[in-house]
Amino acid sequence: METQTINQKETKAKKTERISGSEAIVRCLIEEGVDILYGYPGGAIMPVYDELYKYQDKIHHVLTRHEQGATHSAQGYARISGKVGVAMATSGPGATNLITGIADAQIDSTPMVCITGQVPSHLLGSDAFQETDIVGISTPVTKWNCQVTKASQIPEAIAKAFYIAKSGRPGPVLVDITKDAQFDEFDFSYEKCTQVRSYNPVPATDIAKVEEAAKLINAAKKPLIVWGQGVILSEAEEQLKAVIEKAGIPAAWTILGASAIPTSHPLNVGMVGMHGNYAPNILTNDCDVLIAIGMRFDDRVTGSLNTYAKQAKVIHFEIDPAEVDKNVKTDVAVLGDAKTSLDLLLPLLNDNSHADWHQKFKDLYQIEYDKVIKNDIHPTKEGLTMGEVLKEINIQSKGEAAIVTDVGQHQMVACRYADFNVSKSNITSGGLGTMGFGLPAAIGAKMAAPEREVVSISGDGGYQMTIQELGTIFQQKAAVKVVVLNNDFLGMVRQWQQLFFDKRYASTEMVNPNFVAIAEGYYIKAKKVTKREELAPAVKEMMESKEAYFLEVCVEKEDNVFPMIPSGASVSDIRLE
Amino acid sequence: MSAEEKQLYSVSIYTENNIGLLNRISAIFQRRHINIESLNTSPSEIEGVSKFTIVVNMNEVNIKKIIGQIEKQVEVIKAYYHSLDDIIYQIAGLFKIKSELLFEERQIQNIIKESNARIVTVNKEFFVLEKSGKKEEIVALYNKLSPFGIMQYTRSGLIAVTKEEMKISSLLQTYNN
Repeated sequence: METQTINQKETKAKKTERISGSEAIVRCLIEEGVDILYGYPGGAIMPVYDELYKYQDKIHHVLTRHEQGATHSAQGYARISGKVGVAMATSGPGATNLITGIADAQIDSTPMVCITGQVPSHLLGSDAFQETDIVGISTPVTKWNCQVTKASQIPEAIAKAFYIAKSGRPGPVLVDITKDAQFDEFDFSYEKCTQVRSYNPVPATDIAKVEEAAKLINAAKKPLIVWGQGVILSEAEEQLKAVIEKAGIPAAWTILGASAIPTSHPLNVGMVGMHGNYAPNILTNDCDVLIAIGMRFDDRVTGSLNTYAKQAKVIHFEIDPAEVDKNVKTDVAVLGDAKTSLDLLLPLLNDNSHADWHQKFKDLYQIEYDKVIKNDIHPTKEGLTMGEVLKEINIQSKGEAAIVTDVGQHQMVACRYADFNVSKSNITSGGLGTMGFGLPAAIGAKMAAPEREVVSISGDGGYQMTIQELGTIFQQKAAVKVVVLNNDFLGMVRQWQQLFFDKRYASTEMVNPNFVAIAEGYYIKAKKVTKREELAPAVKEMMESKEAYFLEVCVEKEDNVFPMIPSGASVSDIRLE
Repeated sequence: MSAEEKQLYSVSIYTENNIGLLNRISAIFQRRHINIESLNTSPSEIEGVSKFTIVVNMNEVNIKKIIGQIEKQVEVIKAYYHSLDDIIYQIAGLFKIKSELLFEERQIQNIIKESNARIVTVNKEFFVLEKSGKKEEIVALYNKLSPFGIMQYTRSGLIAVTKEEMKISSLLQTYNN
């Protein structure tokens, strides 16, 4: 096998063909295994689109309705598949429209390659038509970026882009290619990038640190694991499960870690953070050893750092050295890939059950259930709740659906109540909180995993930020199930206005259009639900539909999401009402 | 000096020689609202490897975090931070002064001699003095000369070598293997 690969490489290296830069770009993408890319054509990228036309049997270009949609679709594609998502745009406004998605991918560590056209190199810096310094603009929000002005530089730049985007802690990269570089011909050959000399993507795991961690864990009476997306990115789900089961450690997740361990697992104690579950938040300040795995102690997770887990020894399993001690001072930092580190950790752990400690989680869950959860998913009041919609989706999807959310109240409710049986099933904008993320991300997810049920859940606010992507759903025949939980408010901001601004609802009330008519305008089957008895049949009809389906659920206007850690408060000061 | 107390640090960054890297590095400081006191870029002892020397006034807790963020950049090979006591450094100052003052104000000649400054060029209108050393020495010279009138004054960024070894070559080798 290995010999074969080497031989293939040698033959490839020898074989060169004289082709244009633009054809080279498409050939590079094919070499990298790209089957789908998302984008929008325009002047400075037209030569590449001309080649995409010729290669359409090998690579499928999805025309989104806005470049931002292209990035979010590429992100959805990447998050569900683990592969690199690709977005393409022209220079100037095309390129700047990518920025929100790039920033989102950067903060949520999503592998994405963006390719932008640029004005011809002799016009650079002349304020030419649709010229913008996209390399300068994208620098703070990319893992790496570069500008290519010669056709011959294209293969190396794209190879490097894919390698950097995917390796280590993943992230977005941008390659800006001038139009003359796209037109010029050169002798093409392609070799994948396997290393960059200044770049060490995965620090080697230090076994001594793993031993130190194991010692602390074995001595712990009240250990708590908080895992993040690192577990999913390194595909360490089985390893994590083995660790928590062997050592009997209650394990909680950050919003991006959701679905790595099934919701129903007895040691899965729920979500941490601002709207996370009661028990893991309270008990963060009671545990004696806090084991963080592939997470970065975001402020939405920790609340006030001055009062965060001060009593605990902190162990941090982390691939990115810059995250160690950034927010929370660690006692033992285990650098490296989560999968490798957890594999090394497992045999060093003692069997344990921590039954009394686990009981504390159960007791606190009961309090949360009685005060919050029961009313959310089995409401007795007249108005529909977001929680009961999630419950119906769980029933109809059997917890197998990938849930793609937007940002706001519905997002928190979805993450709290969705049943996740399969990893990579929660696709959401965690770090950046990008309203408008959900719908285009769901398109990317569905196209990357057509065999999976993909449910997009949005609020009435965020939905309208990228609503035009219904056109993409229609054109691509992407069977996305689109749910809008409509409360005629920007609900999360309204909640804050209610709690912290004496109910002064400044610019949060939305006068909404006829969403069903809009969906139907795009020839998408659509239904609106306003009463409880209509909900279950409507969700059933949606989930059984073979095509895209739009469901608007009119929910209670002024419901709040609880529990809640007020901004700047301690995790143990989490409020239930 | 406690880890919370601010002091001047010299940050040495070994990087690939690529366009845009300065932007990427300076953005790390800008984002955290940290003023760069001085900045110098030059080739390093290794062919094809550039070196940034950046001086900032920060505490040690935060400079460590900054180093992490800098090293995270793909094209940064390695970054170090040192207090000014741990490096041998020089700053250059240039002073442009009216030539007539050399004759009218005899004291200037003494100042030049005492300060070990060097006259780089002289013409009818002006002469240029160069003084290398620590910042305080250059400022002291400035203070002595300024009563006579200085036409132009400029001070370079700090450049430094460290007392301890910086193992860049061996590090590059381990990455490559």
